[in-house]
Amino acid sequence: MTSSTPTLAMRVLRAPRGRRPRFLYLASVVVLGAVVLAAIFAPFVAPYDPDAVDFTSFLAPPSAAHWLGTDSLGRDLLSRLIYGGRTALIGPLLVVLFSTVLGILLGLWAGWRGGWIDAALSRIFDVLFAFPSLLIAIMAVALFGKGLVAPVIAMSIAYAPFVARLTRSLVMAERSRPYVSAYRVQGFGGGWIASRRVLPNVTPIVGAQSTLNFGYVLAELAGLSFLGLGVQAPTADWGAMINEAQSGVAAGQFLPAIAPAVAVVLVVVCVNIIGEELSDRIGGGNPS
Amino acid sequence: MTAARRVAGKLGGLLLTLFLASLLVFFSRFLVPGDPVSFLLRGRKPSAEAVAQVTAQYGLDLPPWEQYLRWVLGLLHGDLGRSLQYRQDVTEVIGDRLPVTLMLVTMAGTIVLVAGVVLGAVAALNRGRALDRFVLIGLTVLGAIPSFVGAIVLIAVFSVQLGWFPSFGSGEGFIDMVYHLTLPSIALALVFIVLVGKVTRSAMVDQLSREHVEVSTSRGVRRSIVVRRHVLRNALGPILTVSGVLVAGLIVASSIVEAAFGLSGIGSLLVQSVDRLDFPVVQAIVLFVVCAFVVMNAIVDVLEPWIDPRSAAGAGAR
Repeated sequence: MTSSTPTLAMRVLRAPRGRRPRFLYLASVVVLGAVVLAAIFAPFVAPYDPDAVDFTSFLAPPSAAHWLGTDSLGRDLLSRLIYGGRTALIGPLLVVLFSTVLGILLGLWAGWRGGWIDAALSRIFDVLFAFPSLLIAIMAVALFGKGLVAPVIAMSIAYAPFVARLTRSLVMAERSRPYVSAYRVQGFGGGWIASRRVLPNVTPIVGAQSTLNFGYVLAELAGLSFLGLGVQAPTADWGAMINEAQSGVAAGQFLPAIAPAVAVVLVVVCVNIIGEELSDRIGGGNPS
Repeated sequence: MTAARRVAGKLGGLLLTLFLASLLVFFSRFLVPGDPVSFLLRGRKPSAEAVAQVTAQYGLDLPPWEQYLRWVLGLLHGDLGRSLQYRQDVTEVIGDRLPVTLMLVTMAGTIVLVAGVVLGAVAALNRGRALDRFVLIGLTVLGAIPSFVGAIVLIAVFSVQLGWFPSFGSGEGFIDMVYHLTLPSIALALVFIVLVGKVTRSAMVDQLSREHVEVSTSRGVRRSIVVRRHVLRNALGPILTVSGVLVAGLIVASSIVEAAFGLSGIGSLLVQSVDRLDFPVVQAIVLFVVCAFVVMNAIVDVLEPWIDPRSAAGAGAR
């Protein structure tokens, strides 16, 4: 059977009309894939235990034994970098997941029901927009203590309004389309139409836009660890590693700080390039 | 007349936002399970004197809504409570550190605006060409440089290697302060340039394809004048809107930059207060950032009809 409108999967997988160099997108997929795999299989990939101390070499330069050298406590930098990818990636993944689910539900509710529910929810979103997400995360730490749990929950709430606002506008546009009235005429209930027919139509667009939040969240959570409020000391984390290596920078020891910094930038760039590409392909994003 | 009403309506909405935000900031404390006194005095010896002080400061023996009322009335009189770590009024503690942060945010904001508008304009005027793609990729990369990464790299290159700029402290006097805050403000600005850059580009691209631009060009008006008077000017609205949102983000992100460069501003105070469990100061700074957000948005709302008379003429004109 031939269909004139491409399915979602086709749109995601098919190459775009050569607007942006495709090479960058492919390179990003490869790099991000490598980082994700390295993080998942860290115990097999990393040459050393990330917390193991080599008493013979502190702040050693790169060598055959330690490819990226060691940090000020004699721990293998490459191993810490690989293990650090775990905490760096899991936080943003959870935030994007939670905020997307929460935002879609709230946006669907507001956009479908309209009226005072919409007005009240929109007012709540407006209030949350006044709190930058990093601020909400810092506040959560002030209330519930250091670590990743409180910031991840707080940032899920902070990012949900952005998702909800987009979902709401898409749902409102969907609501006036003929297929919705067709279902109504046939006697289908509003809740059924909203959840079974409208929701699947808006989810891909919202999901693609949500992936663009991943990079911001990663940078903010790493920033939190850099401030000493996120992932706590012996655990390997890119932000915390930069924090620990900061005093060495003044002494000319650049690598222990620069290596995790490069990792953060590389992952965020890749995620953003992939996210923009996906939004372009699925449509509904902001065409440039 | 309508413009004045519209602005008044928006300002009313912002005041409502401020009120609801104050509820959130105040009642967030109630999310923590357990005794409020032991929460507020975490990590400190709950001496009778300290207990009496926080009880009095928050009116902990009163019902919640009365606690809030006392707190808000205190705020309106400029009383933000007392800091637990400094044993000083919060207003004093914050006031001492405000200048550095304001200067840092102003400098970073200027860099963001200038670089963002210039890069966005260059991309828009070369739309579809190699330069456009180059700028867009550049913006994506800039947007991926968190301020702590920017800070580390700038310190490594410009203060350790080249020795051009200091890596610590905020200096004395205006000129010295600008000099000390150069690297910090660049580190702070980097990640935000992409926002202004992309908004500028899409707003200008939108204008460039409009009829009035075509008409002006066909009448033989010079390109530079068309761009300045008809394209950039009309694109200012969205740029202004995004700038209003930026300021609150800059203040919060300054906590990271201030920590990296050893500056004693509001941002580092916020982090230090979280670290030392000084909740009154945290509350006050959070509220300050929200106020900054509301004030900046109010300024944008007031300026908008002045920059774009169409918005004063009423909605639907665009």
